[in-house]
Amino acid sequence: MKRSIFSLLFLLILIPGRTQDEQETPDHVKENKTCLQCHGNQYYYYYNDWVERDIKERMNPYYIIDSSDYYHSVHHAFYCIDCHSTEYEEFPHAGYLRMEYQYTCLDCHGGDETYAQYNFEQIQVEFERSVHSTRHNEAFTCWMCHDPHSYQVSARSERPITETVAYDNEICLSCHANVNKFKLLTDRDNPNVIESHDWLPNQPLHFRKVRCIECHAKLSDTLLVAHEIQPKSQAVKKCVECHSSNSLLLASLYKYQAQEKRSKAGFFNAAIMNEAYVIGANRNYYLNVISAIIFGLVIFGIAIHAILRIIKK
Amino acid sequence: MGVKIYLYPFWLRIWHWVNAILIILLIITGISMQYSNPEYPLIRFDIAVTIHNLSGILLTASYMFFLIFNLGGPNRKYYRLQIKGLGNRLMKQFRYYISGIFKGEKAPFPISEKRKFNPLQKLTYVLTMYIGIPLILITGWALLFPEVIIHNFLGASGLYLTALFHVMIGFFLSIFLFIHIYFATIGKTAASNFRAMINGWHEAHD
Repeated sequence: MKRSIFSLLFLLILIPGRTQDEQETPDHVKENKTCLQCHGNQYYYYYNDWVERDIKERMNPYYIIDSSDYYHSVHHAFYCIDCHSTEYEEFPHAGYLRMEYQYTCLDCHGGDETYAQYNFEQIQVEFERSVHSTRHNEAFTCWMCHDPHSYQVSARSERPITETVAYDNEICLSCHANVNKFKLLTDRDNPNVIESHDWLPNQPLHFRKVRCIECHAKLSDTLLVAHEIQPKSQAVKKCVECHSSNSLLLASLYKYQAQEKRSKAGFFNAAIMNEAYVIGANRNYYLNVISAIIFGLVIFGIAIHAILRIIKK
Repeated sequence: MGVKIYLYPFWLRIWHWVNAILIILLIITGISMQYSNPEYPLIRFDIAVTIHNLSGILLTASYMFFLIFNLGGPNRKYYRLQIKGLGNRLMKQFRYYISGIFKGEKAPFPISEKRKFNPLQKLTYVLTMYIGIPLILITGWALLFPEVIIHNFLGASGLYLTALFHVMIGFFLSIFLFIHIYFATIGKTAASNFRAMINGWHEAHD
């Protein structure tokens, strides 16, 4: 009896079930494979009818989509053809397809209650006032900064601030430290970010701990991430804008944390304290009071002692 | 004319005044940064940072100079704490400062070539020079290179704790400075101890 139960279990194990791939792979991932088998790789293969042989070709690097980045991005649930023409299913792709309309954020997210917290309409308003939009008009699209194939939400998350800083600064540097992309929109020479920030004390630390937009975007009352990038002349240059108890970092970099967590244990700007130490911004109310009392007592004691010495002389 | 004792050799006077200038610069710039206010800046923030950093580096060199000369020379003996009976000696000196001095009593531990500091002085100088200054220098250098500081210490930011510790030691050292300057006026005359730190000669009480 025992033996037959084991035999049955053994047989059950051997009976082929559906593969894990078949069970778990969502439809859009399966379908997107058609595109990503070429656009997800450095090389692609096709049969050339003219020369009647298989061809291995290099993929244009600007058209390579990292599938890992894509499926970790905010748009991970989309079919490629949700945004791109279905005619791309034909190979070779028709030349005119490269002129296809590229959706902007508002085309999908405008007036969408699901994403009301992101306030896309206000983002558009601020963006249109930004130096990016006023200098380059429609040539500067949302995609210049937010790659739809890899974009992730970084500010509105619980991940460490330094990761948000690195992620967001990478967006700025993708143009401002990349001459090819920068020259797409201008003939000017791309200024060297390191040299133009020479004046900034402890530059590497600032670059690691704060985002470019802390100084280069106008503070926004309504948006979590300000989008009105200012001309260079209006960038924050006064240290005390951040290094003070009324630090602007609380209204920018630490806005999400500041909204989520209230000050604790009497620390001013406790949200900042969790991640960094900003001289002048991190103060403790109780330590301030205690130190003022100690200092007052010392001065009082010295004064009394001095007066008594003079009187008793 | 009272007795004069040559107590403060040239190296010590140079170190003392260099140290004094640096400590005062560090305290003023430190306060300016800690309580920075866009409306009422004591010293412009970036200037305060630069002065504070430079003064801190120079203070480290100055402290090394002090250590070499103080530990390697006869001045070392003045910093040797005798634990036995220390409590009694401290109380005696303390009582003198809070009552005896007003009654015209003689100082319980008068300054001599063998005893440059009274027990209270000796204890505070040892604490300041061998504990306070090294700690503020170490934490200061750590803040200058914050990547060396451990990120998280028992759930709190290591950087924040280091900064808090640095500021607290700085506060106590500034309290020491105020008391030190005031007590320097308790000499033969109010100015004689200051004069002594310039010419090296201590003017003993009659």
